[in-house]
Amino acid sequence: MRRIGVFICWCGTNIAATVDIETVIKEAREMPGVVYAGDNKYMCSETGQTQIKGTIVQQKLDRVVIASCSPRMHELTFRKTAAAAGLNPYLVEIANVREHCSWVHKDKDAATVKAVALIRTAVAKAALDTGLEPQEFVVTRRALVIGGGIAGIQAALDIAEAGYAVDLVERTPSIGGRMAQLDKTFPTLDCSACILTPKMVDAAAHPNINLLTYSEVEEVEGYVGNFEVTIRQKARSVDAAKCTGCGLCFEKCPSKVKSEFDEGLALRKAIYVPFPQAVPNIPVIDRDHCRWFSKKKCGVCKKVCPASAVDFEQSDVLIKQKYGAIVVATGFDLIGFEIFGEFGYGKHPDIITSMEFERLVNASGPGGGKLLKPSNQQPPKNVVFVHCVGSRDKSRGKPYCSKICCMYTAKHAVLLKEKHPEAQAYVFYIDVRTAGKDFEEFHRRAVEEYAAVYLRGLVGKVFPSGDKLLVNGVDTLSNQAVEIEADLVVLAAALTPRHDAEGLARMLGIGSDAHNFFVEAHPKLRPVESHTAGLFLAGTCQGPRDIPETVAQAGAAAAKAIALLNKETLLSDPCVSAVDESLCTGCLACLKVCPYKAISDKPLTEKVHGRQRRRLVAEVNKALCQGCGACSAACRPGAMNLLGFSNEQLLAEVDAICL
Amino acid sequence: MSVAAKTQDFEPLIVAFCCNWCSYAGADLAGTGRMSYPANIRVIRVPCSSRVSPNFILRAFQRGADGVVVAGCHPGDCHYVSGNYHARRRFSMLRRFLEFVGIEAERLEVHWISASEGSRFAQVMQDITDKIRVLGPNRKLRDSR
Amino acid sequence: MQELAEISGEKINDCYQCGKCTAACPVNPFMDILPHQVLRLLQLGQVEQVLQSKTIWVCATCFTCAGRCPRDVDLSVVMEALRAILLRQRGGSRLKGEDMPCLIRKGMPEQGIVSGFRKYTK
Repeated sequence: MRRIGVFICWCGTNIAATVDIETVIKEAREMPGVVYAGDNKYMCSETGQTQIKGTIVQQKLDRVVIASCSPRMHELTFRKTAAAAGLNPYLVEIANVREHCSWVHKDKDAATVKAVALIRTAVAKAALDTGLEPQEFVVTRRALVIGGGIAGIQAALDIAEAGYAVDLVERTPSIGGRMAQLDKTFPTLDCSACILTPKMVDAAAHPNINLLTYSEVEEVEGYVGNFEVTIRQKARSVDAAKCTGCGLCFEKCPSKVKSEFDEGLALRKAIYVPFPQAVPNIPVIDRDHCRWFSKKKCGVCKKVCPASAVDFEQSDVLIKQKYGAIVVATGFDLIGFEIFGEFGYGKHPDIITSMEFERLVNASGPGGGKLLKPSNQQPPKNVVFVHCVGSRDKSRGKPYCSKICCMYTAKHAVLLKEKHPEAQAYVFYIDVRTAGKDFEEFHRRAVEEYAAVYLRGLVGKVFPSGDKLLVNGVDTLSNQAVEIEADLVVLAAALTPRHDAEGLARMLGIGSDAHNFFVEAHPKLRPVESHTAGLFLAGTCQGPRDIPETVAQAGAAAAKAIALLNKETLLSDPCVSAVDESLCTGCLACLKVCPYKAISDKPLTEKVHGRQRRRLVAEVNKALCQGCGACSAACRPGAMNLLGFSNEQLLAEVDAICL
Repeated sequence: MSVAAKTQDFEPLIVAFCCNWCSYAGADLAGTGRMSYPANIRVIRVPCSSRVSPNFILRAFQRGADGVVVAGCHPGDCHYVSGNYHARRRFSMLRRFLEFVGIEAERLEVHWISASEGSRFAQVMQDITDKIRVLGPNRKLRDSR
Repeated sequence: MQELAEISGEKINDCYQCGKCTAACPVNPFMDILPHQVLRLLQLGQVEQVLQSKTIWVCATCFTCAGRCPRDVDLSVVMEALRAILLRQRGGSRLKGEDMPCLIRKGMPEQGIVSGFRKYTK
């Protein structure tokens, strides 16, 4: 006979106000196998835990049921408590009588009946619990950072500084990301490149950092401590070891393509470095646009290269590497404008995105930072900025606030006036959100010192008219429709995750929200961890944020990764599948449903009626198994069972809950 | 007693199998947000909706449950990559089987409720309770007790 | 207010006053209350003021406001509901088909005939 102890928590009044504790204790004492039932105001407190430990010893309890808050909250706490009293921690069950009962029901009688049922269920499950021992496995002390923007660079630097090897994977030919495209940063107006490039150089020079630019993650397998990642290093067509970065090749290259880095406002060559400060400063041949690759003609770059570094024969390299931790920092894209026809984006060159404005105003950008109209290279006079293009728009865009647009638009208004003192900025806004250090002051400066006219309302339509743009808007504070003859219209587009973030989330096995932003494990208390152990999040791939927040988050993600890599071994969750070989028929239906390739077939030789017989049975790799239980449900003869959630336990739970 | 009065008195028992990562967490969120739903709902925690064997559901009906809900992560969001797809296929089959043996397929519902959808959890539970109340007690599969 | 909600089915409180409806409205110069103000007044419960305005009769029901609204509030439907409230208060129409021969002719879309009757009934 079992000796089960039931501990009922009041949780102050959280549980006790809706559930009649006395009745519950009385009922619990009658349940099969229960030898003790007691209560405490706060079971998770020091006194509560002492009570549990003491009772386990005194009453010689062999199973423990705690009726309290959700197991997602305190299961670990109580398992540790039991372990401290010498009980195997997997002999503890939680009845969730707070989140699933007292908090959602108002009728005290009904809630009490339900609480009793939930405890009865937990008792039935506990009776069938078996002690489980976690396995130890070795941690690969190497980290992978996906994305070479400021978030990725910062995370890589922090992990490298702690003494661990880091591979920094970046899709484009250079690290730097979005921040490299920006001109100045709000609210201090320090130059983005000036603060970023030293970090890029540091990352490249760090002995612990291995830069993998022009590379993409192709496959991720394994689990925390032992991820196995395949990275495709795309063919650069330039031998990195030989290239000196002299730049002769792209001077002579005859093919011109729109520059991604300059947001399509300028042209680059088919062999190119994306921007002058690129790290590494090694060109890449864009094979789709290179004459050699399309027509087998030209080859000028190869001829002029003094180091003979150009190599048309180079092919993609697949790198397989093991990592203990992964930081995901893939950044953002801007929302597509096709659906916002009223702004006329794409129909007139002087209607631009805020990112294009950054390039126009940037000294390294097209036009050398003179900020001229793309249509005729004349200085703009009236410039209209529009907030919330696609943000806070639940019908056509994204319902969320993109967070940084208010501030960068204020910055744009300031930069405009700095470049062209005679120009006038008009800013259409719904709300100005300046929650941040020195943000409000900066916004006020844009209005007071730089005389930006803020109009509370949005823009309904932009009409090209001659070489001007007619902007129809509204000022809801004076209740007037406003018409402005503008030279340049700048649209503050909503931030979205990278267009292929969904695929990456699936590959990594991390959650993403309705907009494909990666989801943190807890919105308050675990903001840089994903739901999957060993995978951490940094930067705008998780939600819109500015540079300092991104850097802080990258540091936090790095700290979490370092804490993980610092461990020599990890303990695996022992709630994994196990095969009863005597029942297994070798049909291997389990193998087909296993998402982790944790099941394989194994030949078994046994003696039946004095004769040797060979047959196949399923075998579970305990390190790979994550304990989902898909195999147990798929198993026809019932040979596969999930420890901790066994068939017998779940059936007992069903029986008890239906009583 | 009139039929209407009978439906009034009838308190259905509904067993909800909730996956640990999405729906169970969603139920927790409903609790944290104090979004009330009928006490007829009783939740059993499973690691994944794919852990739920049709056996468990039939057993629940046998033991007197009037309705069963299986709730998992949204398709594509499964914590275990593909578990909810297996669940989806398995239970669309099971519903047809239930119909075949003569028990209303509506007594078994499969829902996708994420960890952030507390209000949706409460709403789904309210809806199914109302539905089962109209359907009346499960007599077909229940043990004669 | 309740009647308005019933007829239109729109959630007035979803509006966050961005003014996009007014900015997009092709007939706003002829209105005494601007489209976004209509919604604001309704949010404040000042239905009477809206009912007495010229705006609801100026509205051409072109649906531009509805198409551009970031909050899914269909103002053109709200306008129609406001007109319907007034018309219902005034009771049955005395206008006959013969009164408007210009409308009843071949090629005129049915929608045009209906809205013409509605407008001239005022």
